[in-house]
Amino acid sequence: MWLELRDAVRRFGARPALHGVSFGLEEGEVGCLLGPSGCGKTTALRCIAGLETLDGGSILSQGRVLEGPGVHLPPHERGIGLVFQDHALFPHLTARGNVEFGLQHLSRPGRRARAAEMLELVGLGDCTDAYPAQLSGGQQQRVAVARALAPRPATLLLDEPFSSLDVALRERLVGELRALLKSLGATALVVTHDQQDAFALADRVALMREGRLEQWGTPYDLYHRPVSRFAAEFVGQASFLPACCGGSGELQTELGPLVEGHGGNAACGGEVDVLLRPDDVVHDDVAPLKARIVERVFRGAEFLYTLELPSGRRVLSLVPSHHDHRIGESIGVRLATDHVVTFPPLRGVTAAGAP
Amino acid sequence: MSPMPQRFAAVAAVALLAVPAMLPLVSAALAWAAPEGEIWQHQLQHVLPRVTGNTVLLLVLVAAVTGVLGTALAWLVAGHEFPGRSIFAWALLLPLAVPGYVLAVVFAGALDFAGPLQSWLRDALGVGVRLPPIRSLGGAALVLSLCLYPYVYMLARVAFETGGARTLEAAQTLGMDRRSAFRRALLPLARPAIAAGVGLVCMETLADFGVVAALNVDTFTTAIYRAWYGMFSIAAALQMAAVLALLALAGVWVERRLRGGRGFAGQRPNGALPRLTLTGARAFAATGIASFVLAVAFVLPMAQLLAWAVKHAASDLDARYWAFAGRSVALAASGSLVVVAAALVHGYALRLERRPWLLGLGRLATVGYAVPGTVLAVGLFAPVAALNTWMQDRLDIAFGASAPQVFLQGTLLTMFVAYLARFLAVGTGPVESGLERIHRNLDEAAMLLGARGAGRLRRLHLPLLRGSLLAAAVLVFVDLMKELPITLMTRPFGFETLAVRVFEMAAEGEWERAALPSVLIVAVGVLPVVLLARRVTHVA
Repeated sequence: MWLELRDAVRRFGARPALHGVSFGLEEGEVGCLLGPSGCGKTTALRCIAGLETLDGGSILSQGRVLEGPGVHLPPHERGIGLVFQDHALFPHLTARGNVEFGLQHLSRPGRRARAAEMLELVGLGDCTDAYPAQLSGGQQQRVAVARALAPRPATLLLDEPFSSLDVALRERLVGELRALLKSLGATALVVTHDQQDAFALADRVALMREGRLEQWGTPYDLYHRPVSRFAAEFVGQASFLPACCGGSGELQTELGPLVEGHGGNAACGGEVDVLLRPDDVVHDDVAPLKARIVERVFRGAEFLYTLELPSGRRVLSLVPSHHDHRIGESIGVRLATDHVVTFPPLRGVTAAGAP
Repeated sequence: MSPMPQRFAAVAAVALLAVPAMLPLVSAALAWAAPEGEIWQHQLQHVLPRVTGNTVLLLVLVAAVTGVLGTALAWLVAGHEFPGRSIFAWALLLPLAVPGYVLAVVFAGALDFAGPLQSWLRDALGVGVRLPPIRSLGGAALVLSLCLYPYVYMLARVAFETGGARTLEAAQTLGMDRRSAFRRALLPLARPAIAAGVGLVCMETLADFGVVAALNVDTFTTAIYRAWYGMFSIAAALQMAAVLALLALAGVWVERRLRGGRGFAGQRPNGALPRLTLTGARAFAATGIASFVLAVAFVLPMAQLLAWAVKHAASDLDARYWAFAGRSVALAASGSLVVVAAALVHGYALRLERRPWLLGLGRLATVGYAVPGTVLAVGLFAPVAALNTWMQDRLDIAFGASAPQVFLQGTLLTMFVAYLARFLAVGTGPVESGLERIHRNLDEAAMLLGARGAGRLRRLHLPLLRGSLLAAAVLVFVDLMKELPITLMTRPFGFETLAVRVFEMAAEGEWERAALPSVLIVAVGVLPVVLLARRVTHVA
């Protein structure tokens, strides 16, 4: 393991912010800590950087103990780079001055050369003498990345790197950042609350909830094989439909039978709830089963319809946008589920809706 | 997270910086433990009642006049449009630049029986015409009010201009006319600010030595001075100082209570206050009132001062004068260097170690701004003298008859420690707000990039703090140029500065000859007021 957290515990007063979190990154992997605010993801990042001290467990980098019982390496001895949420650029230094800040161990020409190289790498070769205030948000972020990478850290940490940027810029920068990290072969850990960013950026995602690691896996796994209702609802949109286990391992639902496809956790044991993603419910004019549209959201390429089944339960369906139906109309639907995921039913909940 | 040595250094620095402010208070308090017989009996029976009465009466008069005058001018400027308004907006702050004792000297000289005003009145109206004497409690109240009303004016105006627009509109939609909206909504809104301004005025009045000394009014500060220099009783002086310190600290407590309840400065600007355009006679009256205040408090006294200065320049503008000026500047410059360095250490230590109890200790260090200079001077004299004796004893034991003589009282040590106590708060203000503006993320970023301790201070904080440090240095420099009681009471024998010279000339009734040294002090004092005026004017 290149970077590893073992059973990390961090308390603020009586309230634990990290509740025994363990995961590891291999060399060159980009990991992502995903979760709602207050789930402990930023605390985990700050503990790795050495800005906070663990109350239990340990942190290792390339087998070296950074943090453990009786060990707390100071931040600058860890070989960890950090890109702050607000970039934290030094306002009194130019872009080059910022990048050179962490290179005091080099000679002056050495610093110059390394700074020039890094700024070139992030595409700011002609802004080296600009002050942070003269740079756009995206450029500031790239300076922050260059500054963090300049001292050649073993691992780069990024705290909500896109939260301060506008949406239009965001999508492009996510792609650029991933390309940059991959071209450098950098090992990186990114904190975000945005599932889209996590999916676009990361090889592996750690989904966190209330200081615990809910699920650790690839983005594909997280979406299609969520281990809990929380995971299913936080990552993408989800609706749940009750199902009954037939004799031959078939699940019977209101929308017809479901057959185990390419995976999932379908276990046969009486009553269960089946996870349905909006793309699992397909609009088909010839389907015998009709559902009434109760809500619709136009998304450009497709509509997201909320459908009410005859039983009164609601499911979400993603439909290509040339199928323009009005609220109140009934349309034919059928199931097209590859990954059947089931959860034990929730008592007292009759209809599942979108988060 | 912070390593032990760093924590120790931070705590030690803050504790050490609290010593200058705490030491005089402790030695004043201790003086009560050993009441000194005869002199103290005399003080208790004859001096204390009169001094207390005068001080309280002076406080009440000055508070009332500045409260009414400051608030009225603030409402006039903030809420009305009249010819010259934009000039008066900042010019009404100018009296802040004139130290009280300078204004007292001008008034005493100009309103003297033989002075220009009374002579002119006699010529015009007849021999029997006399003005009430300026060298009286009433005169001191007048002079102090004219110097200090800008505190109330400034704070009240900011309160009207930042919080007033919405309040005024709301009151008007509820059916009030402008006048009753002012009385029933705006005035209560600005009350905490006005109270804070009057509080500052009271502190300054309590601490004032120069005005009451020049105008011959017996208050605590002059009583302390006289006990020491007249009766040579350090114990009696200390006992007086203890009472005065108690009053001052009570004032601090009241002020913090008042401010704690309602954050008067927490208001964010909510639109410009609509100004009522005055016309005709009312516009004339508004301009007239503002001009009158400015003329009496600043323009005429300064004109008189300049006239006297020019008149005596031929004889007094000599090498001796430049020696006073050089000493003043050197003292103020080195003092401000010491104070700002201490303020930086203070602010940085508290930034590194943010513990509530350490912040409390840090606040103790800055409480000296409220302690009158006379109290600090006598309160520090006793411990320094004790230290001197102790060192001499050690040396005598070690070297016998050939031991060198120690004479700490003859050095500037006491003076600088007292400066530090009194003006540390002036330095910590800008330094703390400067440090506050440096986001903690920057510290962490620098830490991750390998900049530690002194390196972080040099490479990150000092460059970002340059402006704040300069502002702090200018403010302290000007305060030290004007400072009178500490310099007067702790200076080595024969050590004269501009301020001391003004005091000496005033003591001899040589009003006109006090003008030349005063001019330079006022000229320096105008500097920060202009800066302040610009900031306050841009608030709204």
